Amino acid sequence: MVEIPSGSADAVPTAEVEDVELYHPKSWWTKYVFSQDAKIIAVQYSVTAISIGLVALVLSWLMRLQLAFPGYFAFIDANHYYQFITMHGMIMVIYLLTALFLGGFGNYLIPLMLGARDMVFPYANMLSYWIYLLAVLILVAGFFVPGGPTGAGWTLYPPQAVLSGTPGGSDWGILLMLFSLIVFIIGFTMGGLNYVVTVLQGRARGMTLMRMPLTVWGIFTATVMALLAFPALFVACVMMLFDRLLGTSFFMPAIVEMGEQLQHGGGSPILFQHLFWFFGHPEVYIVALPAFGIVSDLISTHARKNIFGYRMMVWAIVVIGALSFIVWAHHMYVSGMNPAFGFFFATTTLIIAVPTAIKVYNWVLTLWRGDIHLTLPMLFALAFIVTFVNGGLTGLFLGNVVVDVPLSDTLFVVAHFHMVMGVAPILVIFGAIYHWYPKVTGRMLDDVLGHIHFWITFLGTYAIFFPMHYLGLLGMPRRYHELGDTVFVPPSANTLNIFITVMALVVGAAQIVFLLNLVWSLFKGREAGGNPWRATTLEWQTPQTPPAHGNWGKDLPVVYRWAYDYSVPGAADDFIPQTQPASGGVTREVVA
Amino acid sequence: MAVVLILVLLVVGSLLFHVLSPWWWTPIASNWTYIDSTLVVTFWITGIVFVAVVLFMAYCVYRFRHKPGNKAAYEPENRRLEWLLASGTAVGVAAMLAPGLIVWNQFVTVPDEAQPLEVVAQQWLWSFRLPGVDGKLGRSDTRDITSENPLGLNRNDAAGLDDVIVEGGELHLPVGKPVRVLLRSIDVVHDFYVPEFRAKMDMIPGMVTYFWLTPTRTGTFDILCAELCGVGHPQMRGTVVVDEAADYQTWLDQQQTFNQLLASGEQQPAN
Repeated sequence: MVEIPSGSADAVPTAEVEDVELYHPKSWWTKYVFSQDAKIIAVQYSVTAISIGLVALVLSWLMRLQLAFPGYFAFIDANHYYQFITMHGMIMVIYLLTALFLGGFGNYLIPLMLGARDMVFPYANMLSYWIYLLAVLILVAGFFVPGGPTGAGWTLYPPQAVLSGTPGGSDWGILLMLFSLIVFIIGFTMGGLNYVVTVLQGRARGMTLMRMPLTVWGIFTATVMALLAFPALFVACVMMLFDRLLGTSFFMPAIVEMGEQLQHGGGSPILFQHLFWFFGHPEVYIVALPAFGIVSDLISTHARKNIFGYRMMVWAIVVIGALSFIVWAHHMYVSGMNPAFGFFFATTTLIIAVPTAIKVYNWVLTLWRGDIHLTLPMLFALAFIVTFVNGGLTGLFLGNVVVDVPLSDTLFVVAHFHMVMGVAPILVIFGAIYHWYPKVTGRMLDDVLGHIHFWITFLGTYAIFFPMHYLGLLGMPRRYHELGDTVFVPPSANTLNIFITVMALVVGAAQIVFLLNLVWSLFKGREAGGNPWRATTLEWQTPQTPPAHGNWGKDLPVVYRWAYDYSVPGAADDFIPQTQPASGGVTREVVA
Repeated sequence: MAVVLILVLLVVGSLLFHVLSPWWWTPIASNWTYIDSTLVVTFWITGIVFVAVVLFMAYCVYRFRHKPGNKAAYEPENRRLEWLLASGTAVGVAAMLAPGLIVWNQFVTVPDEAQPLEVVAQQWLWSFRLPGVDGKLGRSDTRDITSENPLGLNRNDAAGLDDVIVEGGELHLPVGKPVRVLLRSIDVVHDFYVPEFRAKMDMIPGMVTYFWLTPTRTGTFDILCAELCGVGHPQMRGTVVVDEAADYQTWLDQQQTFNQLLASGEQQPAN
């Protein structure tokens, strides 16, 4: 820590640029529908993502019912089961988590937290949402075409993804899935470039990179990663489309399907796996890094204490983002790739545990000697830490190549990734919604409904996924619509499966409480005021709540300090907004 | 207060579940006990970290929860503590990675005396091929597959004529003899998985993958497919029986060679 005498930590002068000329809407349509305001676009992204996420939630109920009571529900046959798991996985990872963190939180928070009037390319930003909506509609269309959606698993491994033994493989299902992904990536690229350029070029005077809140650091790094990773998925989708429609053989070797020689030859199925995971592993962190950033700010604000080790936190985000591009083949330890790769990828994978652990330490050390307000955002942040630590630690099993061998493709993997990139980021999303809803709507979410929602969601998801690891350890494979008779699985395992299913139904039902809260509080919630959490960051210092188009009044804010001046010794309040000049009292500042 | 109590109960409950629950790995039937040992080391290290972090958090909530008049400390950084924690983590990670890589080296180094065994997967059936008296497997190609030659062996390769072919039946293995398992698929990606062997590996059409093991106890075990291979994935089952040497030989003598298979195909021409 470097102490600087007061007065010398003034705003860093930046070049004077003219204020951006925004397109102001002239009609209801251009204000609320085809809006170019990042805040409206953020709400559009969020509502769409949560809506499609509810479809994924219902699908998870159906697959859990089948796993607990195989054969009992006649309408869930094997075809449907595989379609449900595929759509559930794809929706949750891409169309909910990626879209909500980057399109939702990114759009809302980047301009506001950085003191910008809007994204730098508002028109492209608007297009980004509408193209995303188109991708969602194409995805949903899969449910209504002959043969139904694809049942290839969310990893879409060829050759089975494009053959008739898989639901949708020789029908429309796989085509719509590939089209939808391609469209999604086009839309995301428009939004993503916007977020990156806005962070680099749109910051207010004095907002240096090392004064940015960690939320922005997380979303920014994740967006850069997504711009680098999604092209790999894009080309993989295009190549698979060619294989399926034009008879090329990028991923198709010589194949005898059900006794018949196919007209393919020379392709490599494992090439697809490399392309998919070159996207797929960074994707885990594309979801995780915004969650890391947001949860840092939730903890700091609600513990009334600066985030511990800010610089280390920033570098940890950047290092994790970089390392995540050289670990992808840890998803492929038993794929049949050259086993020598195992040494390299196990080493890089376990190295990534170090910056990740640093983040966890710094979160809990922020609590140390804090003034912890157990608000709903703080509760969700605590639940996130528990869930993330649990899921992160099981990653050390699966990342350590030889330990992965018995566990790979079992329910252990399902439990691990649901903990670490399913439940953990979603807990942050909930915490973030309870935190920022007052800024978006001007009203607080209801506390009682919030507590019901919190406890059922936190403890329920833990009860679902913690025991599931042990079914995987037992050897129960994933992606089985029914286990059938085995020598090695005891009958008691089915009892556990029923328990997990009951918990899944309960947790799902608790989300209805959350939705009710969102709607009820919109009209009846307590008035929030401009800064209900007494937070330092810029979005809480807007002249209006909810902020008007253009965010700030006549003048853009000027930033004088980092985002974490909580409980500064000598200050009158336990927070000092970033816009407050360094005059009077002692100001301590971390110098980048 | 409720929060603190629940966090502590969650830790205690998780530990009790780990110790008391009846769900644990199946008794091992191969030489890969090192994999189990590395798993146990990993459980210890990660378990300690989990307990420490969550209990520390619970203590912080207990000790530093908001009361009127409280004020948080102001401490932006503590380089010494941060580097200490990072180094400690690095040591813990190394303690898991080092044994892991040593065992992986054994896993990928096939002993010279290992006998080859080919497993061929298709939707949704397991077949097997063992070398004949020459100890070698003949060449094969997916393009050579016909109804009389379901595994696509090369008829002109003498080394293949005496190969033993088991189509869709039980596989037998002699106990205590290392086996080099060569994996081939003729349609989609499958995965040869016997939980008691611990080892598993995907089978990719167009290439031959492998792993090795030594069966260490006799018994009958399930073979499952562990890579989604279409709608029949869960029904793709097989059985492997680990025998004493004499029983194994008896079984082997009853199996058909490729030559016999071709001959019987010629006697009963296709309709």
